[in-house]
Amino acid sequence: MGSLANNRNLLGALFMAPAAVILLVFLTYPLGLGAWLGLTDTKIGRPGEFIGLDNFRSLADDAVFWLSVFNTLVYTAVASVFKFVLGLWLALLLNKNIAIKSFIRAIMLLPFIVPTVLSAIVFWWIFDAQFSIISWTLKKFGLIDQYIDFLGEPWNARFSVIAANVWRGIPFVAISLLAGLQTIPVSLYEAATLDGASRWQMFRHVTYPLLTPIIAVVMTFSVLFTFTDFQLIYAITRGGPVNATHLMATLSFQRAIPGGQLAEGAAIATAMIPFLVFAILISFFGLQRRKWQQGAEN
Amino acid sequence: MSALKQSDEGGMGYLETGMSKLVTVYLPLAVFLFVLLFPFYWMAITTFKGKDELYDYERYSPFWVSNPTFENIRKLLFDTSYPEWLWNTMLVAVVATFLSLAASVFAAYAIERLRFQGSKGVGMAIFLAYLIPPSILFIPLATMVFKLGLFDTRLALILTYPTFLIPFCTWLLMGYFRTIPFELEECALIDGASRWQILTKIILPLAVPGLISAGIFAFTLSWNEFIYALTFISSSENKTVPVGVLTELVEGDVYHWGSLMAGALFGSLPVAILYSFFVEYYVAGLTGAVKE
Repeated sequence: MGSLANNRNLLGALFMAPAAVILLVFLTYPLGLGAWLGLTDTKIGRPGEFIGLDNFRSLADDAVFWLSVFNTLVYTAVASVFKFVLGLWLALLLNKNIAIKSFIRAIMLLPFIVPTVLSAIVFWWIFDAQFSIISWTLKKFGLIDQYIDFLGEPWNARFSVIAANVWRGIPFVAISLLAGLQTIPVSLYEAATLDGASRWQMFRHVTYPLLTPIIAVVMTFSVLFTFTDFQLIYAITRGGPVNATHLMATLSFQRAIPGGQLAEGAAIATAMIPFLVFAILISFFGLQRRKWQQGAEN
Repeated sequence: MSALKQSDEGGMGYLETGMSKLVTVYLPLAVFLFVLLFPFYWMAITTFKGKDELYDYERYSPFWVSNPTFENIRKLLFDTSYPEWLWNTMLVAVVATFLSLAASVFAAYAIERLRFQGSKGVGMAIFLAYLIPPSILFIPLATMVFKLGLFDTRLALILTYPTFLIPFCTWLLMGYFRTIPFELEECALIDGASRWQILTKIILPLAVPGLISAGIFAFTLSWNEFIYALTFISSSENKTVPVGVLTELVEGDVYHWGSLMAGALFGSLPVAILYSFFVEYYVAGLTGAVKE
């Protein structure tokens, strides 16, 4: 018994078992099942048969599918850039010697903590065509004559949902980058100051290079979660107007669950994977390489 | 004078004073905070607005409540299944969190401390599992849930939420266990303690902050979950708050903004209150998850 209890491999397997069983049954298996479903003609209430790549062929001719791919790419790219720039700015501001810093840090995380669907509903109300508080304020100041149709026009709608996504994502980026900033030794800035470096030079040659590894990880997560976003779109626009804000995830849901075309939905979900891997590689290695270059220079 | 100016442009915060700091730090910070917090203010005041006030921006200032009313809240609590949704959300989140936390503690300990053969690979697999988004799993999971006869039950959610909770908690706890010195365990082993005793008597008490971080984070993630709950639940009495508010409070084209905002407010409060007690643990969990 004693030797059994101390056998690393056996004990390891035993300790891993609960997590492994749950993940294999409810994560690994459905991942494979999803790929398989995409190759069948399964509908709700009807088991499907293998039909090869037919779903993907019909998707290739499907204008709505390509529109959703376009929307997803625009949504991910624009939202990620804004989240990065504004999040980094906020992190730099919070890294300064400011009053009630911990309180500010605590309340600015609220958008990240609160359920996305519930804050999205608030944005839905803020973007209301007739009673938008933004339109009302802008009109009061005489900046616009007519209420803005936030969710009725394709590009307005796209930028509205992007704004809501950026709003929710800034705190995560800022807090993570702030944690990275706090690990940079103050002595480096002191040395740079003695060498007469300007504020921009210090940011460019001290802060940014030392922050790149954490930027890479944070932005990889951010790109990943933005690309696969579902809740926010579903709550605010449901993909409208005329599919202008449909992301691949919402289109997949639309076709599979209310539409009943499980196989087609699964095919769309499968089609997300290559984009996803590509997006991760770009954001991760794109930023990692700069780190290597930096290392090679020194 | 020029020397003074030079030092003013320096990087050390304590040298920055007065007007320049007001404009470059406090002003942008105030704008950030305003934008990040305004939706919550808007949500809160809309909750207490009466029907006439809600849509009349001419006679009443929209930024304030002139005649606060509890009508929206009353309607939400007594005319809808909102209390049941709250209970469902709470139940599912608590059970899924405890399940995941228990499984994650063992898994993280095995990967990080038992160092069984292939533990490196398993650790990597756990990280990759965390990167798999629910939006590509919900369709196959829906067919499984249906086949298992779990459709429209809370058990379906309790069993599927661990798919994103376990990878997250395990990853977080692995990082936490790494900070506990090996020597403590070696001493205990020499004194004849079993692995089980080491885990429960030495590692777990030392890892309490990590467990709290993982626990409250898992609870929040479960509370926020949407796509599984939307797909696997159909009857009103089994819905969670996010799904219930979005699918049941909107009747056709009529949006009852008052009760919608009340629903959003009361659905946000539990996590916000929990958060206010454990801010530091949240931040540790958030930054710990991306640091490794």
